[in-house]
Amino acid sequence: MPAANPAPDITVALIGNPNTGKSTLFSALCGVRQRVGNFPGVTVEKKVGQTRFHDQSFSIVDLPGSYSLAPRSPDEMVAVDVLLGRQDAVDTPDVVLCIVDASNLERNLYLVSQVLELGRPTVLALNMLDVAEEKGVTIDAEVLAERLGIRVVQVQANKRIGLAELKAALAEAVGGKAKPLPSPFPEPFQEEVGLLVERGVRPRYMAERLLLDTSGYLDSAKLPGVTDEIRTFLVEARERLSTAGVPIPAVEAMSRYGWVSTVTDGVCRRAADRPASLTDRIDRVLTNRWLGSLFFALVMIVMFQSVFYVAEPASAMIDMMNEFLSNLVMQWLGPGALRSLLINGVIAGVGGVLVFLPQIFVLFLFIAILEDCGYMARAAYLMDRLMSRVGLSGKSFIPLLSSFACAIPGIMAARVIEHPRDRLVTILIAPLMSCSARLPVYTLLIGAFIPDRRYLGILGLKGLTMFAMYAIGIIAATLVALVLRRTIVKGSAPPFVMELPSYKLPGLDIVTYRMFDRGWSFVRRAGTLIFAVTIVVWAAGYYPRNPANIDPALMQAEARLQREITELAATGPSAADELDHRERELAQVQGRISGQYLRHSALGQMGQFIEPAVKPLGWDWRIGCAAIASLPAREVVIATLGVIYNLGEEESESAETLSQTLKKATWEETGQPVFNTPVALSIMVFFALCAQCASTLAVMRRETNSWKWPAFTFVYMTVLAYVGAMATYQIGMQFVTS
Amino acid sequence: MSTLAEATVGQRGQVTNIEGTDDVAIRLLEMGLTPGAEFRLLGVAPLGDPIEIEVRGYRLSLRRTEAARVLVATKD
Repeated sequence: MPAANPAPDITVALIGNPNTGKSTLFSALCGVRQRVGNFPGVTVEKKVGQTRFHDQSFSIVDLPGSYSLAPRSPDEMVAVDVLLGRQDAVDTPDVVLCIVDASNLERNLYLVSQVLELGRPTVLALNMLDVAEEKGVTIDAEVLAERLGIRVVQVQANKRIGLAELKAALAEAVGGKAKPLPSPFPEPFQEEVGLLVERGVRPRYMAERLLLDTSGYLDSAKLPGVTDEIRTFLVEARERLSTAGVPIPAVEAMSRYGWVSTVTDGVCRRAADRPASLTDRIDRVLTNRWLGSLFFALVMIVMFQSVFYVAEPASAMIDMMNEFLSNLVMQWLGPGALRSLLINGVIAGVGGVLVFLPQIFVLFLFIAILEDCGYMARAAYLMDRLMSRVGLSGKSFIPLLSSFACAIPGIMAARVIEHPRDRLVTILIAPLMSCSARLPVYTLLIGAFIPDRRYLGILGLKGLTMFAMYAIGIIAATLVALVLRRTIVKGSAPPFVMELPSYKLPGLDIVTYRMFDRGWSFVRRAGTLIFAVTIVVWAAGYYPRNPANIDPALMQAEARLQREITELAATGPSAADELDHRERELAQVQGRISGQYLRHSALGQMGQFIEPAVKPLGWDWRIGCAAIASLPAREVVIATLGVIYNLGEEESESAETLSQTLKKATWEETGQPVFNTPVALSIMVFFALCAQCASTLAVMRRETNSWKWPAFTFVYMTVLAYVGAMATYQIGMQFVTS
Repeated sequence: MSTLAEATVGQRGQVTNIEGTDDVAIRLLEMGLTPGAEFRLLGVAPLGDPIEIEVRGYRLSLRRTEAARVLVATKD
């Protein structure tokens, strides 16, 4: 019989400024015992972890890092709701744990001032004392605790120092009566708040927030108890206060920082002319006009090179494993639905995801390192001017740059962008950055259909075309961002005001944790979706399957060749040459049979159905079919083209053979060649701009917490791709015929 | 009365007021740029914008349009 749990779970709400080591602390306390979920209706993640201290178990809710509890968006409202016990998704916190950066105490105490006003039991974790020391800052923790009226525990989260004392302090604080601090606000303000409370606005904290809410968010949030009468009262109250010399909303910052000064006076000593800290010296180079830009370019180049050079071998290995498995299946199973399902459905689908995994992990690793060491903020600082020209901010730069390798880490990296509008636009244009999955398409088509000319002796036409494809993505993204900011995602530019945190060595555990956490999250969510979509596309390309539709001559040829091969194989090694010849013939015949089955399948019929729509792009039904089939992942188009143009399963992987086959393909009615340079260009432009990537859409759904945006992205990108491909073909044909 | 946007690199001063009551103004105040706060201009980004200042013991970057809202008195 299990003993009854001696004490109920203590719920702790963990809050603090960004860059205070909050994630490190959460990780140090809870380790892997954490669960990630969703708060309904917002994009903020719900992170709850477990930890123990002697007999006492704690549930720690990790709230997003924030500088202030003044909510100006639904995401920011989550923290307020949790602390007030109004968020159903988590238990009302029994105690609030505020983590502060000792090297930055004044600004950190602003948030603490707001938290203390909530009247909940609170404990302060004073972190990063080593950084403070280096900056020449000393803090008297005991006096600080006295002045704040709460327990202050000195910790170093990255070295796991002070954790036991912290847990003890949390356990002690529960149920205690929080010593009420005198309100920092001037009298007239407090009076007006009192009047609001009398009129039914509860709790007092919300009354304060309403009075200060000049941005209008709380008003639009439709809180209970806020009637039109109250709204009128608020407007009048603000006017009264303004006349009395109490400016709204500035009074909050002035009062709180005034309080902060009295608290830190004598407690926090900063060396008057402190020696330049390591961060200062590093920044002198890294934010410098020339050296800074150079270093930045270097970091970006290293990031990309590692993605390709480090991840390549791993991807190649996974590719080999896929092939190996496919061959195994080919040997064990005879031709039929199951074999086709396994090879073209399961292995292709799952394998297709796995091949990109090394790249994705390397990107996540880099992004985590950049975030943790503090350089991410410098990158945003350097790039802001450029990004604000398109209505974004510097913080969008790294997410968008990462999308050149793969949009999935890029979209997930957009979490660092605080402002919902900026974040949304960044996410919506990320898939336009030509990712590495498009590369095989470009390589194949450029190799086969772009002539080998050179300009000025060095600029090759093929290289230029490749560059043009990337440029098209960037230009499209710029235009789409500008249009979005003027239409659907309208609004004034959010504040850029951004802290540049001290540099620190990235913590190995937090970086690897982030890498695996996000990587695994991708595998789980996107993996299942791609798998499902691949099966569906496979089924559409396999069924309906009626041998009666196949040219009888081909079926007879197949049967004959198979008989001859069995006979020849029985006669022994002397017939090796003949056997080889027959097997190649058989492969060709089977290829053509596959092609015919595909034409009669649902997918093939869809392709033929849309043929009139894709003719203006210079495509025949087979290319249209391949484009539809590439919904799970762009590179599937190559394999599908192979099958459609009768290469059959085994041959379609060889780029050479595929090139040859495409060059010979002709329109059925006229016998004219299908592929020429404008057609190749139109296909490339289509793939540069289209959204044929189920995993990207899946990740987008997760990050925006709705299906609306991935659906919108799919539609706008497909339209863009269609128009772009058509324009390319039509204009291209002018040059060809002239 | 000059603004933070007009300060030169290395200049020190004190904030006297923040213009406006919108999101940008609130954000500037929350980050510590309240009347009386001391600052020092540390640098400017390569493309001329944003600028970087030191205030309340930490480094803050902001765009010139935002800095133009911060009314200051400089010490030279």
